[in-house]
Amino acid sequence: MIFSMQRREVATMAAAAAALAVLAGLPLADDGFWLALGISIASYVAMATAWALFSGPTNYVSLATAAFFGSGAYVVSALAESAPWPVILIAAAAVGALLAFAVGVATLRLSGVHFVIFTFGLAELIRQLVTWYQTTVTGSVGRYIFVEISAAQIYWQLLALCGLTFFIGWAIARSRLGFALRVIGDDETVAAHSGINTAQCKVLLFCISGTLIALVGAVMAPRFTYIEPSIAYGSMVSFQVVIMALLGGARRLWGPLVGVLPFTLLYELISGRFPNHTHLLLGIAFLLIVYFVPQGVSGLLVKAWNRMPWRRAAAAGSKA
Amino acid sequence: MAAGGRRREQGVSAAPQLKVADLTKAFGGLLAVNQISFDVRRGEILGLLGPNGSGKTTLLNLVSGAMLPTRGTVSLDGRVLTGLAPHRIARAGVSRTFQLVRMLPSLSALENVMVGAVFGPGRVWGGEAEAIGRALLERVGLAGRESLHPAAMTYIDQKRVELARALAGDPQVLLLDEWLAGLNPTELQTGIALIESLHAEGRTVVMVEHVMDAIRSLCDRCVVMNAGAKLAEGTAEEVLSNPEVIRAYLGDEHA
Ligand SMILES: Nc1ncnc2c1ncn2[C@@H]1O[C@H](COP(=O)(O)OP(=O)(O)O)[C@@H](O)[C@H]1O
Ligand SMILES: [Mg+2]
Repeated sequence: MIFSMQRREVATMAAAAAALAVLAGLPLADDGFWLALGISIASYVAMATAWALFSGPTNYVSLATAAFFGSGAYVVSALAESAPWPVILIAAAAVGALLAFAVGVATLRLSGVHFVIFTFGLAELIRQLVTWYQTTVTGSVGRYIFVEISAAQIYWQLLALCGLTFFIGWAIARSRLGFALRVIGDDETVAAHSGINTAQCKVLLFCISGTLIALVGAVMAPRFTYIEPSIAYGSMVSFQVVIMALLGGARRLWGPLVGVLPFTLLYELISGRFPNHTHLLLGIAFLLIVYFVPQGVSGLLVKAWNRMPWRRAAAAGSKA
Repeated sequence: MAAGGRRREQGVSAAPQLKVADLTKAFGGLLAVNQISFDVRRGEILGLLGPNGSGKTTLLNLVSGAMLPTRGTVSLDGRVLTGLAPHRIARAGVSRTFQLVRMLPSLSALENVMVGAVFGPGRVWGGEAEAIGRALLERVGLAGRESLHPAAMTYIDQKRVELARALAGDPQVLLLDEWLAGLNPTELQTGIALIESLHAEGRTVVMVEHVMDAIRSLCDRCVVMNAGAKLAEGTAEEVLSNPEVIRAYLGDEHA
């Protein structure tokens, strides 16, 4: 039942592909506010989904998103003039994977809370290192990024990354790795005693997640035009991704997606109406979410769906 | 056995399969396991007895790799297991159950069992893992409950699932930590028959147990521990009539 591809899955995939195709038409309709909003949403969907690939099953809250995002962006700034775009993307992915591998191996023995702090510290550390490198070696903190790329092209690449992230998540769920992760999430001791190399699974997943986030950083880099460490490695992105993923529900592949939409709207609303209290209000919203919607919006949706009359009839029918 | 694949020779062979040598575990100043040595032969059921707190669970933890010993080694067919990570020991063919049953709550009964088949020494996948899971659930008496989740199962049924999971990888050596504890008389008879059937297919079992009937009818040999040290070793009749063992279990006035 978890192995063979079901008709429903095929239908879901077809629907996802159709949705991506429709969304890809956005730049044709508008290339101002809505395209900018689309870019923002697509980048957060890709990042929050990639974040949840690792943090959903393992329950490890990573605040290293900024480290991956920033490193991806910095690869672009370093290579923009010397390498073609596809090579730049491959380099960004490689840097993300290597960074994730190093962090994963270094944090294997850390428990939950320590992991959170380590990953947060890591993003800050890398930011300081890049700052130090730029001031002592290149002589200036900031860099200009000149890449011939339009907003629409950025948007399409982000959509493609979203599609890739969902596809990877789907493939993992069907694999031994996905099965291992469910076991690890339930009981790590049982996992290890059943023959699961828990450390390897976690590092592998962290690498996949970090690679995807670094790619988002690379694709987004040309939007900045001018980057410096405090922009590329800004810790807000780490927190926003966590909030969005938890709001949507990190345990379902589509959970973060339904978290990004309300969050982005909430963010627009709060930062528009109360520009001086944005972070305070976001913090309060976050607390309320964690307290009242621990399963995330996706959890609520599933519950509501199962309460629908036709679902109840189906459940009763299958029992009889 | 449908799940096993590999068939074993009947009966107990003379060669030691699992060798525990000078095994010692100190928790601070407490010697929970103190210089324990014994062999388990292929196809044998070895009972591990001793009063509460005598170090039986700790000993199983040292064998399964949950803890590192302070000193000593465990080896399987001559290969030293000590120092290997638990997942390597599991893949080498040693699987276990836990004294306090450990279910995977978000997985169905069938998936719980499949974990052992997918990641254990068998390392099967797909329909094969599912077939093994179904066969083993039936074997432990849970046919028809494949899709139940642990929260909806009784403690005893959870223990059955846990045994099925431990068997699903087709292990060479099975470690049972008080698997029969808490069963009512009828369930106990079923449980004993089940372990007897493991014996019949030639599986090596080390079982920590307090239930005397089970020990007498199942165990080829017993090792008795007291305060971390080995107190006695021999057949069930020998060790259960040993005055020192009786004293350890019941206190001085009964000896
Ligand atoms: N992780 C641990 N840390 C400290 N002491 C422990 C630990 N595990 C067991 N012990 C102690 O080791 C002794 C043996 O315990 P245990 O192996 O559980 O005994 P048994 O299974 O025979 O009842 C007990 O005194 C127990 O308190
Ligand atoms: Mg015990």
